Amino acid sequence: MKSQKFWAWLVFILGAAYFIIPLAATFEFSLRMRRGEYSFDAYASVFSDPYFASSFTYSVIVGLFTIVVGILVVVPAVYFVRLRMPWLRPFMEFVTLLPLVIPALVLVYGYIRLYGSSSFIPFTGSVLGTDILLTCAYVTLALPYMYRAVDNGMRTIDIGTLTEAAQIAGANQLQIIGQIILPNILVAILSGAFLTFAIVIGEFTIASLLNRPAFGPYLVGIGTNRAYEPAALAIISFIITWGAMGMINVLGRFAPRTSARTD
Amino acid sequence: MTDISAKSPRRIPWDSLAVFPFIIFAVMFLFLPTLSLMGAAFTDRAGNFTLDNIAGLFTDQIMAAYWISIRISGASAILGALIGLAITLAIIRGRLPQGLRSAVMTFSGVASNFAGVPLAFAFIATLGRLGLATIVIRTLFDFDIYRQGGFNLFSFWGLTLTYLYFQIPLMVLTIAPAIDGLKKEWNEAAQTLGASTWQFWRYIGFPILWPSVLGTLSLLFANAFGAIATAWALTGSNLNIVTVLLYNQIRGDALQNPGLGAALALGMIVITSLANVIYLVVAARAERWMK
Repeated sequence: MKSQKFWAWLVFILGAAYFIIPLAATFEFSLRMRRGEYSFDAYASVFSDPYFASSFTYSVIVGLFTIVVGILVVVPAVYFVRLRMPWLRPFMEFVTLLPLVIPALVLVYGYIRLYGSSSFIPFTGSVLGTDILLTCAYVTLALPYMYRAVDNGMRTIDIGTLTEAAQIAGANQLQIIGQIILPNILVAILSGAFLTFAIVIGEFTIASLLNRPAFGPYLVGIGTNRAYEPAALAIISFIITWGAMGMINVLGRFAPRTSARTD
Repeated sequence: MTDISAKSPRRIPWDSLAVFPFIIFAVMFLFLPTLSLMGAAFTDRAGNFTLDNIAGLFTDQIMAAYWISIRISGASAILGALIGLAITLAIIRGRLPQGLRSAVMTFSGVASNFAGVPLAFAFIATLGRLGLATIVIRTLFDFDIYRQGGFNLFSFWGLTLTYLYFQIPLMVLTIAPAIDGLKKEWNEAAQTLGASTWQFWRYIGFPILWPSVLGTLSLLFANAFGAIATAWALTGSNLNIVTVLLYNQIRGDALQNPGLGAALALGMIVITSLANVIYLVVAARAERWMK
């Protein structure tokens, strides 16, 4: 038993070293812009770059739209499939697994061919259309995570009883979803939303192939032209990801739990 | 549950309406794009059926690209799974302080999403020619990992080492529930019957974990196989992996043949699907065995 504990500590320390050293090294590197002393010059340089602000804002806005569209697509579907059409569940599970199997690069290639400017739905024919296509592509990328978050949220509340009670009280379908179900799974939805945000914010492949000025392509551009700014940006990205994941953890403590009899 | 729907058939159109956005979405952004690529892979410029595009894949350059992608994905998936399993076992069953466990799980959530371009930057700052680790090793041990060690961040091992940064945490996150499911009582029962630790894992622990490990392995493989941003930011087009090849093809810099690009994409789908089919078959067998 003593040796078991020793091995556990050894594995943990080696693992921690692998994960912490690159972060420490990156942080140290990001401080070395001024010769001979540590400074936050690289960060100042990043924040004063107008392209940083514009590309970051663009990605945040696309991220917010992605979250809204994702919720509108996933929540009603999960609700009704759980409530009335359980035979559709395997289909939904299958669909939401596909984005994990089909690489994003392949999907965006399909979009470009299918929705090019001369096609029947020319998404890429206009800037607005391309933005919409980018948003939909991100909803697709985030689908596995959004679906699982919402599905887990609905599992912990008893949607059957809640729906019956609301119907007896005279609520219509829209009221039931908007005023009863949504508030009850809000924490789950927000978890899915923050995860979506973490995925979307630095995404490179789709944004670059659709030629949109997002944060990911901006990062790659900086990476090829600058020395210290990329390290600063890596630290900033890590903090953003940490923030999004931290929010999920904090929210998890507020998750409502009614006894579920549905499963 | 069923009694609600039974007494109000009027609501059924409403219900299917609510599922509609999801289905339209799946058709427009998953099924149709994939099917159109599959179609394009078997069509020539004039629109006739052809196998030329598929045959065109069998050139040295393209086969080498597939092969190095498969090797990097395989290596990072297998190593990620093994190391992730070891770390998860250590924090859940190794009697480490409870606080450590939640710290590792939280960090895994962050690190598994810390992929793409920033990850490449972090590894350049660490193990690049001027990276901190490279310099520290050179000054402390008088050993240049580049010149004497033959290391290169922009190579097979460099990319594998970088991919592990998101592969290991993904393994930790997905396997932790399965390891939680191994009951302490089983361990005690095995011990009472005189089993050694090794025998416990050989005959009880591992057979139970096996389907989950394999499932995560196929997930990790697909995860690495489709990845491009890290490789692109790290190596540019130095390392000829299949995603970089396809990326260049889509941007119109390489190959110059749309049918071949579609065939390239189809090949990628076939490989990631295969990884999942192997998992499904083994998992089905394992489940039968469990019953």
